[in-house]
Amino acid sequence: MHQTTFDPSTIALSIGAGAAAGLVGCFAVMRRMTLAADAISHIALPGIGLAILLRIHPIVGGVAALLVGTILVWGIENTTRLATETIIGVVFSTALALGSLITSGEDLLEALFGGVGRLTAAEASLGLAVSAAVIAFVLLQRHRLVLALVSPEIAHTSGIDVRRLNLGFLLVFALTIALGLRYLGVLLVGALIIIPAATAKRLARDLRGMLVISVVVSIASTTLGTWLSLAFRRAPGSLIVLVAAALFALTLLHRRPA
Amino acid sequence: MSLGSDVDMGGLALSVKSLSVSFGSTPVLTNLSFDVPAGTALAIVGPNGAGKSVLARALVGTLGHAGSVEWASGTKIGYVPQKLDLERDLPITGRDFLQAKAAVSRASRDEVGRAVARVGLTATSAGRPIGALSGGQFQRLLVACALIGRPTVLLLDEPTAGVDEPGQDTINHTMAQLRETEGMSILFISHDLSVVFRYATNVLCLSRHTTCFGPPRTILTTERLEEVYGTPVGYHVHASPEGSAQSQQPDRAPDDVRP
Repeated sequence: MHQTTFDPSTIALSIGAGAAAGLVGCFAVMRRMTLAADAISHIALPGIGLAILLRIHPIVGGVAALLVGTILVWGIENTTRLATETIIGVVFSTALALGSLITSGEDLLEALFGGVGRLTAAEASLGLAVSAAVIAFVLLQRHRLVLALVSPEIAHTSGIDVRRLNLGFLLVFALTIALGLRYLGVLLVGALIIIPAATAKRLARDLRGMLVISVVVSIASTTLGTWLSLAFRRAPGSLIVLVAAALFALTLLHRRPA
Repeated sequence: MSLGSDVDMGGLALSVKSLSVSFGSTPVLTNLSFDVPAGTALAIVGPNGAGKSVLARALVGTLGHAGSVEWASGTKIGYVPQKLDLERDLPITGRDFLQAKAAVSRASRDEVGRAVARVGLTATSAGRPIGALSGGQFQRLLVACALIGRPTVLLLDEPTAGVDEPGQDTINHTMAQLRETEGMSILFISHDLSVVFRYATNVLCLSRHTTCFGPPRTILTTERLEEVYGTPVGYHVHASPEGSAQSQQPDRAPDDVRP
């Protein structure tokens, strides 16, 4: 059953999750994790399936699977010479296969595309707390993330533990995916992280510009998409992503100065 | 990053003993040992594929190795890597990059300004996205970045690659000045043997077959260079203001030919 009113907790969470996704997305896009965003989100699926089997909250299972999967990807990356994309590809396909095995048809559809009823107070509070933690991480670590992005060696000689920073970013990335799981589902949540940041990358001339534009586009997408879903009684996930994609399409009309 | 052990290193900035690096079963560096006295300049030379950049990465600790690399207590390294693979449309400006280094190093705004002025980077260039900078402008930016945070050692992997002649002079002169006035130790990789002859206190030459270490006068000889590069190599020695460098010209090296 879909929610029918745009209550304060929904608005607050749309803004919080939107801001978090917008900020994390900037560094994900600059770190060329565009495809990884989609792949990592699929890791949530077996967790959701297992949680439904065990009759616990699906998001709890999804978050647990995301965190375990992220640490697994980071661990394999640090102990082998395999490319991150390769590792994520293997882990994601395994997770998808496991998830579809243990999740029933209707539950699978909801897990894949999202779309659930009214938020409880506890869910909204937890969502806002996670959003605040993600936003704080990106803003506090942005200088370290920039150095590590340009050159891990320069970052290292500047006193940054690059491996730990990468783990921190991957965990925050996973938490951001978890934030959007309920509304957007496993298949669409990656888009909320990537599309606003890709839009900002086309328009921005500097880091501050990219962060601001990405957050604005992301919040506009989550709030407008949620409002449209209430107005037209449709699942919010698809509408949020369509709004974000429409904003990105508009930027194609903008030619960047040389 | 502050490095180093509490062991007295007797005036050395760096002591390397039996350093070996392999990629799988392929050895790149084998049993390399050398010292760098504090306040001196070490030039690392050798043909492509000799392991110069690998050595640099092993020295800064981003590459696993056998043997020991010991920096003097309290060493802070300003590092300029060789090549960076950046997207042209990355919305990070030179200023964003330098501010990031300053924030991480807790350096003041003035220090950033001094570093930018030292390498001759213009405000317009610093305000452009780093992916859109020319090769020379980007090298200047990397050197400016290395100077932020009060480093005691500069480790520069081909710092003047792609830089125009005046820019090369600025960077080389800055290195010499930092060594003379601030006692900074400099390690630099270079293919320009005239620069090596002019600015290095010692030269470490690497090749697949041989290594050698010593002052430029004894290392940069025609025979030794041919042994290292596997082909005759000449270089041009600039006259110093006092005219003394001309007398250090090697036996057979009149041309400005770079390996």
